[in-house]
Amino acid sequence: MTIRDMIDKLDCSLAAGTEEMLDQEITGVYCCDLLSHAMAKLDPGNVWITIHTNLNVVAIASLTNVACVLVAESIEIEEQTLARAVEKQVVVLSSAKTAAELSFELFCLLRKAE
Amino acid sequence: MGQMIIRDFDIPANDFSVAGEASSTVRKLLSQLGVAPDRIKRTAIAMYEAEINAVIHGRGGKAHVEISGDKIIIEISDEGPGIEDLELAMQEGYSTATDSIREMGFGAGMGLPNIKKHADELVIKSEKDKGTVVTITVNF
Repeated sequence: MTIRDMIDKLDCSLAAGTEEMLDQEITGVYCCDLLSHAMAKLDPGNVWITIHTNLNVVAIASLTNVACVLVAESIEIEEQTLARAVEKQVVVLSSAKTAAELSFELFCLLRKAE
Repeated sequence: MGQMIIRDFDIPANDFSVAGEASSTVRKLLSQLGVAPDRIKRTAIAMYEAEINAVIHGRGGKAHVEISGDKIIIEISDEGPGIEDLELAMQEGYSTATDSIREMGFGAGMGLPNIKKHADELVIKSEKDKGTVVTITVNF
């Protein structure tokens, strides 16, 4: 499943990133707001679900090579974070759903796609 | 890789707009050198944690990186307040970070334990009011 497929199936919208970046395959999902944990556990190609929207999220997403960051609960994403995401080529998505709902739905979608 | 590669970075204090840049540059470099992905991941995690510690606690500092054929040695040094009780600081969950740092998702007392977990060797030298030097080695 690519990021584009996920956007279609999982009610979420693109906050940062270009069309061609959406072809990346998703390898899994991880949900955590503790940055040390997230950094240690995120694998390349993962979707990282978080409610943080500060600059450090982009730094960690870039370091871990995740497929995208998915911000839950429509939390407003800081402008400098979006600008940095564009600069670092990190895809950022936003959804009104909670982190728990997104994790569950994405997990089911990934299982189905296997 | 025959020759040793040396890189130096400045780590500005309390500036999250560039926090992680040194680690990110090193990760890219290791990737270009063809180092195994799991070794790159360990290096990136350990170095990023140490870099963030220098940003948050050390009033900024410097990173000195040496890459040879079989390992990377990262030295992160600061002239900050030093670590008062190193044994305590190494304990998971112990942190002296402020509320504003915690609100960003740091300050859970995971930094130093995370470095220890991902480094093959970790040496910390710290002196009160003089600063801290964290030396991380990851074998390839």
